[in-house]
Amino acid sequence: MGLAARRVASVDHVSTTPLRLVTAEDRHVQIASTIAVPTIENEAQLKALIASLSGVDAVGAEARAAKLSTRSIKKSTKLAAIEMAISMIDLTTLEGADTPGRVASLCTKAMRPDPRDLTVPSVAAVCVYPDLVAHARSVLGSSPVAVASVATAFPSGRASLQVKLMDVRDAVVGGADEIDMVIDRGAFLSGRLGQVFDEVVAVKEACGDAHLKVILETGELVTYDNVRRASWVAMLGGADFIKTSTGKVTVNATLPNALVMLEAVRDFAETAGRTVGVKVAGGIRTSKDAIRYLVLVNETVGSTWLTPHLFRLGASSLLNDLLMQRLKQQRGVYVRADEFSGD
Amino acid sequence: MSDARLDVRKTYKLLIDGAFPRSESGRSYKVASTKGAFLANAAQGSRKDLRDAVTAARGAQAKWWNATAYNRGQVIYRLAEMAESRRDELAEHVALAEGMNSRTSQKTVSASIDRMVWYAGWTDKIAQVLGGTNPVAGPFFNFSIPVPSGVVGVISVQESSLLGFVDAVLAPICAGNTVVAIASEARPTPAALLGEMTSSSDFPGGVLNVVTGLTSELAPVLAAHEDVDGLDLSGVTTEVGDELAALAAGSIKRVYRPHEKESDSSLRRLRAFVETSTVWHTIGQ
Amino acid sequence: MSMCAPMNSAGTDVSDRQLANSQLGSLEYDPAPESAAIAKLKPSYGLFIDGGFSDGEAHQQFATVNPANEETLSMVAQASSVDVDRAVSSARHAYDKVWSKTTGAQRSKYLFRIARLIQERSRELAVVETLDNGKPIRESRDVDIPLAAAHFFYYAGWADKLEHAGFGVNPKPLGVAGQIIPWNFPLLMAAWKLAPALAAGNTCVLKPAETTPLSALVLAEILEQAELPPGVVNIITGDGVTGAALVDHPDVDKIAFTGSTEVGRMIQQRTAASHKHLTLELGGKGANIVFDDAPIDEMIEGIIDGIFFNQGHVCCAGSRLLVQESVADEVLRRLVRRVEQLRVGDPLDKNTDVGAINSAAQLLRIRELTDFGESEGATRYTSSCALPQKGYWFAPTVFADVAQSHRIAREEIFGPVLSVLTFRTPEEAVAKANNTNYGLACGVWSEKGSRTLWVAERLRAGVIWTNTYNRFDPTSPFGGMRESGFGREGGRHGLEAYLNV
Repeated sequence: MGLAARRVASVDHVSTTPLRLVTAEDRHVQIASTIAVPTIENEAQLKALIASLSGVDAVGAEARAAKLSTRSIKKSTKLAAIEMAISMIDLTTLEGADTPGRVASLCTKAMRPDPRDLTVPSVAAVCVYPDLVAHARSVLGSSPVAVASVATAFPSGRASLQVKLMDVRDAVVGGADEIDMVIDRGAFLSGRLGQVFDEVVAVKEACGDAHLKVILETGELVTYDNVRRASWVAMLGGADFIKTSTGKVTVNATLPNALVMLEAVRDFAETAGRTVGVKVAGGIRTSKDAIRYLVLVNETVGSTWLTPHLFRLGASSLLNDLLMQRLKQQRGVYVRADEFSGD
Repeated sequence: MSDARLDVRKTYKLLIDGAFPRSESGRSYKVASTKGAFLANAAQGSRKDLRDAVTAARGAQAKWWNATAYNRGQVIYRLAEMAESRRDELAEHVALAEGMNSRTSQKTVSASIDRMVWYAGWTDKIAQVLGGTNPVAGPFFNFSIPVPSGVVGVISVQESSLLGFVDAVLAPICAGNTVVAIASEARPTPAALLGEMTSSSDFPGGVLNVVTGLTSELAPVLAAHEDVDGLDLSGVTTEVGDELAALAAGSIKRVYRPHEKESDSSLRRLRAFVETSTVWHTIGQ
Repeated sequence: MSMCAPMNSAGTDVSDRQLANSQLGSLEYDPAPESAAIAKLKPSYGLFIDGGFSDGEAHQQFATVNPANEETLSMVAQASSVDVDRAVSSARHAYDKVWSKTTGAQRSKYLFRIARLIQERSRELAVVETLDNGKPIRESRDVDIPLAAAHFFYYAGWADKLEHAGFGVNPKPLGVAGQIIPWNFPLLMAAWKLAPALAAGNTCVLKPAETTPLSALVLAEILEQAELPPGVVNIITGDGVTGAALVDHPDVDKIAFTGSTEVGRMIQQRTAASHKHLTLELGGKGANIVFDDAPIDEMIEGIIDGIFFNQGHVCCAGSRLLVQESVADEVLRRLVRRVEQLRVGDPLDKNTDVGAINSAAQLLRIRELTDFGESEGATRYTSSCALPQKGYWFAPTVFADVAQSHRIAREEIFGPVLSVLTFRTPEEAVAKANNTNYGLACGVWSEKGSRTLWVAERLRAGVIWTNTYNRFDPTSPFGGMRESGFGREGGRHGLEAYLNV
């Protein structure tokens, strides 16, 4: 079954980087896994569990994120971080104007980001709309790059559950390894947590072997308390990843939102014994941005999460900046943007 | 003459924790008028009496501070009402103690009562005048409030037995402190009388404690007592004040020493035993 | 709660427990050191008196060392009582002849100039501070230096508005202010002292701490650059003897001291029989009170900031953690995990979280008190971080199972050492927090507004941080109650210390 194999394969790039220190964090998760989160049987139980979560002080969360963003990543760490970031990219095109040609060139870039230097890892996945999944799949062939597809009436999610599930099945049938669903923010904001949960469960089931990323759309949830709560609803519902944003609203991924989500996956791993990944998406354009997220991951959940299994960067233009910075680290001089293809 | 009425002589007692004990030492001393005539006996407080007074003041402090400022104002105003209704008695004591004619003593009593009213009106304004919000550069609501130092020892001015006493004890009290006052040694009766009035004007026990006796014996004890937070040295000479101030340093007391010309409207006394407490709170969604 | 096994073992083994190894790993960051050369240190510095540098009359010097490696940074002059007298005379002369005749608007502009110059030389100052003090460059760069500039900026604006400050219509300066500052925030404390004093119209003699004189001497250069009239600020280096000479000098009108309660008490005694005005900012044993509804992640960060900021060399450090018993295990588990993540090492490295202990003497005191902590039966957790071979270092340490009566719960350790105690009710929390002779700062962590205010109202502390800790701002009054001293620095209140009102 290709999906899991692909995901594992994409991780292999990372194992060669010096960054990944396998520490006891892995054991840590297993030790804690004896403490089980109860199976959610009804909405009242879900709500009680969500209500028991600690609040988030916005000022403290933002201060923590700002402090970590002052970390100075230099020299070999920087080079390794750049390569790690490349391997974690979900190279994304989600435009109404997407065509098979556009997707094909994206896939080509995804497999070999720098055709002159094959030591540059391929990205983790390409991310497209469901109708282009099959095409992406065929271009990528046997490469380790996964195909991710947004589904569930992305980006608003304003459709019936049946339509959303059909959207998912469509993508899965087309060969998607990963499904990026959106939660029903309307339901969440009006307190219908059970509905949000049920949708995640239903979509997870519809995914089959495909991995499920649950987009919280933090820009619409607004508060960090909501981000934490939505993270838990998604994880309890079976999310393999929780993801910040669609990239289609004004506020996309932010460091503090990512921080709160990373804390959620850390705490979930400790209490439920299952590791869930985090994907940040939208507005991440520079190597500096990407490295800040990696530092955040490193210092919040530990290096266990520093693999494409568990951390992704949803982006498009970021890749070229990473390639430019990588070349700059190697050459010692700043390079032209035109060094790299504009895909 | 044999059938002339023999007057009943009053012994002025201490005020500690709302009660009027004699000195635990069993001592008293004679109080004379400025002309040397016998006025009264007053309890001669001891170091143990002072200790008890400080304990009482400490015990009363949190409750007094946690009462609303409005309530503290009412209590002090009630004292003014009591003093007004017994003004002749006060004036007589002031006249005898300070060697004034009755007109002057009446004026002194008037000024003292007006001073009480002034402080009654301050209780709920101190926070607004001395406190405020601070526009810190960050997402915080930051405000400063004046809070009492705690227990204040007052060595009351020796000459001005009523007005000086009122000013010295009510300034810290209206700010939420509790007070242990050593009354004027030679002229203790107006202070003692005022102490009696507090017991019928809603003052909680322990808020004002008055110890009469020898200043030279009592003042060093008060100055060195480590559970006293502030010290008013109005009632001693500069030289003695220097010594007492050094004793007060033992527990980092706030020390008030009068300026030569203190204007009536100065807030120095109020500020002397007020601390600024600043609270930061995060502002965020 | 498998992670808090050490805590549950009932104190039988109180040997130095390394933090459980099953904690977070870390991305190995390459060293990112700021260059020491930026400090442009001179081999030696004289005394800054009457607008220029000069040798002390006895030509005595002492070394100031980098606590991170024990290397001598520079030689500075030891001011004798003759030098103190010269500095005070210079300040008096400047007060009489120049500064008291300088308008508020002019004083204001000098202060604005100084603020700007600090900003312009901020990188240099940050490196100087880190070299001399041992604090992480991230802190000197992001906290000490910007706040010092901000302090001058803030008080600059007061100089021509004193009649509006609420101290009467014509508030007067005191005259010559003698200012003695500590080694934990050398430049920032200089700013806290000088800015309000100058704004109010006083002239100053400032004595920086013996182990951290350098940033004040760079500040002296800045004052020259700003063309502040000679004698308005004099900066003299030396030890406690110099400080005592300044305190005792008869022509000083005001002493402002920041330092230990022990020395503060002595200063209060020595100035008792004088006309000198006095403000004291002394020690503390701040309680950080954690309720069960605290925002847990930010609270953990706040506890960390509260005690490990500046190696815990902070008078307002949250050195006592009071945790509601129902969440104590969870809080301790997370706290210990977080402590293990702190990056301890080269203060000049931009990624360092905890730097060097400022002096051998301070290190000794920290060791003594922590040894006591163990012998008193508290459970010790020490970060397993590697410590450099040279220099003065102490690994971040947390003591659990601490009782109110333990010395580590009562005495100021002034180092990266946290004592954890528990409480059951808000009443008990307040009682324990207030059960100290100090009264400088406290923290309260709870999402329930009414409760935080209830607690804040009852805490005997000059500064109370709710859901945050160790925040400073020039507009915000800072200072203690009880044996933490008297007088405020910062804000409108800070002017009172330098006005004859």
